[in-house]
Amino acid sequence: MNNDRIVGNSVPRKEGRDKVTGRSRYVDDMILPDMLFGATVRSQIPRGRIKKITFGPGINWNEFVIVSSKDIPGKNCISLIGDDQPCLVDQFVNHPEEPILLLAHPDRHVLPRAVESVSIEYDPLPAIFTIEESERRAEIVWGEDNIFKTYLIEKGDVDSIWEKATYIVEGEYATGAQEQLYIENNGMIAAFDAAQGITVWGSLQCPYYIHKALMALCSLPAEKVRVVQMETGGAFGGKEDYPSMIAAHAALLAIKSGKPVKIIYDRMEDMVATTKRHPSRTRHRTAVSRDGKILGGEVDFTINGGAYATLSSVVLSRGAIHAGGPYYWPNVRIRAKAVATNAPPHGAFRGFGAPQSLFAMERHMDRIARTLGLSPVEIRRRNFLQPGQTTTTEQVVREPIDLGKLLDRALEVSAYHAKRQRFANENELGNIKKGMGIAAFLHGAGFTGSGERYLSSVVGVEGCADGSVRVLVSSTEFGQGTNTVLSQIAAEALGLPYENVTMAQPDTLQVPNSGPTVASRTVMVVGKLVQSAAMGIKQTLISSNLLRETHTPDEFRSACRRYVAEHGQFRSWSRYEAPADIFWDDQKYRGEAYAAFAWAVYIAEVTVDLTTYGVSVNDFVALQEVGRVLHPLLARGQIIGGVAQGIGFSLYEKVVWQNGRMQNGQMTNYIMPTSADLPPTRVFFEELGNVYGAHGAKGIGELPMDGPAPAVVNAVEDALGIPFDSVPLLPEDIMDRLTSLSPMSGVSAEGGDR
Amino acid sequence: MSDSRQIPSRAEISFVVNGESTTVRAYPMERLLDVLRHQLQLTGAKEGCGEGECGSCAVLMDGTLVNSCLVPVLQARGANIITIEGLAAGETLHNLQEAFLECGGAQCGICTPGMILAAVHLLNRKPEPTIDEIREGLSGNLCRCTGYSQIVEAVADAARRRSTA
Repeated sequence: MNNDRIVGNSVPRKEGRDKVTGRSRYVDDMILPDMLFGATVRSQIPRGRIKKITFGPGINWNEFVIVSSKDIPGKNCISLIGDDQPCLVDQFVNHPEEPILLLAHPDRHVLPRAVESVSIEYDPLPAIFTIEESERRAEIVWGEDNIFKTYLIEKGDVDSIWEKATYIVEGEYATGAQEQLYIENNGMIAAFDAAQGITVWGSLQCPYYIHKALMALCSLPAEKVRVVQMETGGAFGGKEDYPSMIAAHAALLAIKSGKPVKIIYDRMEDMVATTKRHPSRTRHRTAVSRDGKILGGEVDFTINGGAYATLSSVVLSRGAIHAGGPYYWPNVRIRAKAVATNAPPHGAFRGFGAPQSLFAMERHMDRIARTLGLSPVEIRRRNFLQPGQTTTTEQVVREPIDLGKLLDRALEVSAYHAKRQRFANENELGNIKKGMGIAAFLHGAGFTGSGERYLSSVVGVEGCADGSVRVLVSSTEFGQGTNTVLSQIAAEALGLPYENVTMAQPDTLQVPNSGPTVASRTVMVVGKLVQSAAMGIKQTLISSNLLRETHTPDEFRSACRRYVAEHGQFRSWSRYEAPADIFWDDQKYRGEAYAAFAWAVYIAEVTVDLTTYGVSVNDFVALQEVGRVLHPLLARGQIIGGVAQGIGFSLYEKVVWQNGRMQNGQMTNYIMPTSADLPPTRVFFEELGNVYGAHGAKGIGELPMDGPAPAVVNAVEDALGIPFDSVPLLPEDIMDRLTSLSPMSGVSAEGGDR
Repeated sequence: MSDSRQIPSRAEISFVVNGESTTVRAYPMERLLDVLRHQLQLTGAKEGCGEGECGSCAVLMDGTLVNSCLVPVLQARGANIITIEGLAAGETLHNLQEAFLECGGAQCGICTPGMILAAVHLLNRKPEPTIDEIREGLSGNLCRCTGYSQIVEAVADAARRRSTA
């Protein structure tokens, strides 16, 4: 067969034509007959007990369908990992914007006033908001100790290294909450019918998460819950778990009213009530030898999970495993902890804990370099993981990765040394200071540890009556290119033109559970299963004597048509099997954390303007090894988009909190980068391949979120000679620091570590 | 959808959408966005923020790019409106739509209709923009997926094609 005609080429995005013509159907574009609109009455306090609910005057409440926790047919929870988060508050409020009541009405315009007219009296309870307040345990707001989860990763003997160290370098680093800010707000439609059960259509990432949550909530068997994904306008992790809540609400209103119900959040509701990236605090204490080798260290990684456990344990796990970066630690102890506060639960956002702990690691590498008088380049080069060495979880690096070479190439294409030298001279004068910053990092693809084994994903490929094939997966498209790349893989496997492959709409009635669309797993894990399910179709046709091993597309289509005509429905299934050489110990947190890592070196060039204190990124080099690139255009788009979000995380996006509630829940005052704010990111791929992924692919989606924040803040330190250890880093933060320094210790006096 | 009681009565408002004259009955202060989406089933314009920040509801009104979430429908009386649905000629895509497809300018697609109309507006005013002018010209339309580079490249590509056509 003519190999690789499709995989590796930038074929047209599968649903691209519908997107550029406005024909794509998102959930708010869908209308059902007799449909009502739903709205949510939410808590106005962070913590307390509900005393009394009053339905105010001036509203004809008889026109409304009203749902409270008493209307829940099954269990009052959003079933995910644990079952601690209620669907509707029964008595106790644990965070602002917690759902208490649901209203539905035929006219969406009357809902906002009705929501405002419900007044709720509370007995307030003291609330806590920060990691430190949670650790002090003045109030216990979750479980017995405010702790959702802890992990301990230990390698070697950390306690013995301190006396051998020439240098001991300590640092504390923090990252803020970040809003996913998909441009399509969350939304869901539900319809109920006693015979068929509940059906929901919505903007979502994980159809089977919602399926599971609705079964528990409605006490319905699997076959009476149906979840359909509509075109989804961005997700980035933000539509991983919260859509289960909205689906639950729409379902309860649909069950009570007997009519279809649509709930569409407006921007403010979406921003203040749904999940964000976990705020974090990381402490490093590192022993370093005279020649700049890391001897070992302690890392304390803590994230603020908000009021309920939701996904915090998994975010924590990924953050902890990535906390050591792409470096060799002979000895290390990583303590990780997710704590409870009275904020809305934080959740999944591209990178999933890794951007937080890698920000700390990469800032800390620059601090170590500065302490030792080494360059940021040299300190990294001396400590990079080498093939045959082990990661912090003692996973052996089996692939022939050469991080030194990646670094060299990134330095070359960014003109790092020449620019740094030039900036050192130019920065002496004037108010414009420029700097270069490096971040080296890795990102594990797929679920952590035994995760993929537990998921046990299933994929189907169907041979259709017209001779084309259809891919059956619950893996969702929300811009990353799932539809396109999985179609490429199936087409390649069957020797068919790309146009002969279609994707089934993710609908739990039609598609098997190929797992959630998260964790940079779709191309690597699901893609591999698509390949093998497609091969199953081919093998069936061959063993039925309808097709030869070598065939033309026409011969395939004809064989497929004949098979369907003779036998009816023609489907091939493939289920994930863990590779035999992958071992993970959930108790000791040791072993093969990921089947593959993507590796990267990013370099940012920034300008700090000391008149405005604004930082702009002038050039950005994103160089990575992501295995085989199956679709160059989409892959480049993923990297540039991730870098943009990472620059937003670094320099623009600040969630302003007051009593656990986001105060700037609008696009007017929560600022994400525009086209005028961003540099032309330059993307480079190295392709080593990957034995576990489809056609040698690794995960790619989350990787680009990890590097920008440390690269940018390292560049700011390079420009100003002053270290900043938290993001977002806003002009006012820089102004505060610079104006609080005495005139004598000003910027030029601190002048960099060159 | 249905009527609401405390709002003044509806008026007949006529305008041209995508080359066709149309008359709607709407409350004068109803948002043009809602009238387009709910009464005329032109759902290509999207609501991203409802306050004119994101541009995903952008349409062309008498040749000017407007955020239809900020336009009371009364203001559209007599106007000539073009939405994303009116850009392609039948199955033949507009050159910007082609360029967005080829250059990777659309990912999740939710900002795409507004972004393409913003690009149409830009190229109408400035047929051969520099990269900086494209970045500036599209800065009223937010995209969370692409990081904008491939959108900017699509617009540059479409401009090039037009000038060499």
